[in-house]
Amino acid sequence: MIVSGAFTGAFQFIADNPHLLVTKAIEQLELAGAALLLAAVVALPVGIALGHLHRGSTVAVGASIVGRALPSLVLIGVFVTVLGIGFTNNMAALAVLATGPMLTNAFEGIDRVDRDTVDAARGMGMTGMQILRRIELPLSLPLLFTGIRVAAVTVVATAPIAAIAGGGGLGDIIVNQASYRLSGVLGASICVMALSAGVFVALVALQRAVTPRGLRMTMVPEVQRGKE
Amino acid sequence: MSVAQPVSGRLASGGPVIPNFGHGSACVRGDHTFCWDWVQQHWRDTLLPALVQHIELTLIAVGIGFAIAFVLALLTHRIRGFDKPVGVFSALLYTIPSLALFQLLVPFTGITYTTVEVALVAYTLVILYPNIDAGLNGASPEVLEAARGMGLTARQILWRVELPLAVPAIVAGLRIAVVSTISIGTIAAFLLPKGLGYPIFVALQSPTPFKTEIYTAGALAIGLALVCDGLLLLLRRTLAPWTRVA
Repeated sequence: MIVSGAFTGAFQFIADNPHLLVTKAIEQLELAGAALLLAAVVALPVGIALGHLHRGSTVAVGASIVGRALPSLVLIGVFVTVLGIGFTNNMAALAVLATGPMLTNAFEGIDRVDRDTVDAARGMGMTGMQILRRIELPLSLPLLFTGIRVAAVTVVATAPIAAIAGGGGLGDIIVNQASYRLSGVLGASICVMALSAGVFVALVALQRAVTPRGLRMTMVPEVQRGKE
Repeated sequence: MSVAQPVSGRLASGGPVIPNFGHGSACVRGDHTFCWDWVQQHWRDTLLPALVQHIELTLIAVGIGFAIAFVLALLTHRIRGFDKPVGVFSALLYTIPSLALFQLLVPFTGITYTTVEVALVAYTLVILYPNIDAGLNGASPEVLEAARGMGLTARQILWRVELPLAVPAIVAGLRIAVVSTISIGTIAAFLLPKGLGYPIFVALQSPTPFKTEIYTAGALAIGLALVCDGLLLLLRRTLAPWTRVA
C-alpha cells in the first residue's frame, strides 16, 4: 500500500509539473549533447585515422577498458577541482565517458574492413583518402554508429549525476529530496528512466535507418559498457 | 554606480567549516592540489572503511548476480530462442540510470543496503547472463559430436566439455560486471553513506570541494577496478591455460 501510494504520488508529481520536468529534461539533453559532440570531435577522427593506418590498437582498445574503469562520479569530482562547478566540468567529464566507446568502435570498424576489399580498391587506383571515404567508412558505418549509440546512452544515463556538481537536469530533482519530497524524486526518476530508454530506442531505430541494406545482416551486437 | 568587489568563493566562505578539512596543515587549509598528510590522517577513519565497504558491495553484488545468472544460463541452455527476448530486456534494463533505479527501489526496500544491492545485482545479471549463455553455446559442433561419440551423456557434455570451453566467455563477462559494479557502486553514495563514492559525494556538496579527498577516493576506486580486472585475468589463465591472448 505504501508502495502504490509512493508511485501514485510520483505520477501525480509528473502530472502537476510538466513544465518543470520538460525544462529539466531539455537541460539534461543539452548537457549530454554538448558532451557527445565534444567527444565525437576528438574520438571519431582519432579512431578512424588509427583504424585506417591499422596502428595503435592498444590505444584504441585500451581506451574502452580504461573508460569502463573510470566511475562517472570520480570524473565529475576530478573535473570540478580543475574547472569549478557548473556546465563545463560536467560536459568534460561526460565527454571522457563517451570517448571510450566511440574511439574503440571507430577503430575496430575501420580496422576490420575486409583487406581484400581494400586491396581491390587500391588495385582500381584509389588513393588512401578515396579508400577511406568510399570503402572503409561506408562498410564500418554499423560499428561506428554502435559506438555513437553506446556513448549517447551512457552519457544521457549518466547526466543526472552531474546535478551534484551544478550540472542541472532531472538529477537536480533527484538529489534534492528536501524540496521535492519523495514524490518528486520518484517522478523525476521515472522521467530519467523514460528519457534514457527513449534515447536508446530512437538511436536503435536511427541506426537501422542509416545502415546500408547490404550491411544489415552483419550487424554485430556491441559489448556492453558500464555506465552509471 | 557601485560595483561590489568580486570575492572568491574560498575567501567568502571564510576558512575551514567542512568537517573533512579537519584542522590540518597549511596544505589542507589552503586546499592545495594534494595533501599527503590528510590521506595519512584520514586513512583509518574515512578511506579504508570506504574501500572495504566498496569491496563488500561489489563482492555481494557480483556473487549473487553470478549465482543467479549461472543457474539461469544452465536452465535455459537447451531452450532455443530464449536469448533474444532476454537480450532486448537486458539492453533496456541496462539503460536505466543507476541513480533513478536506486530511487525507484526505495518504496519497495527503503533506504537500505538491500536497495543498493538489488540494483547492482540487476546490472550484473544483465552483463553476466548473456556472456555465460553465449559461452555455453559456443562449443563447436565437431567438439560436441566427438564428445557424443565418446559416449558422454548430455549432462557429462555440459560439465566436462561445454563448461570448460565457456570459461573465457564467463570470465570476460565477470570482468565487465566487476568493473562496472565498482563504477556504479560509487553512485550508491547518493543513497547511503557507504563506499568510495561517499567521500567524493561529501566533498562535492561543500562549497569548496576538497581536492585531496576527491583524488584519493577516486584513485582508490579506479585502482580497485584495475586490480580486480587483473585478478580475473589471472583466474582465466589458471582455469583456461589455452587462452594466452588477451
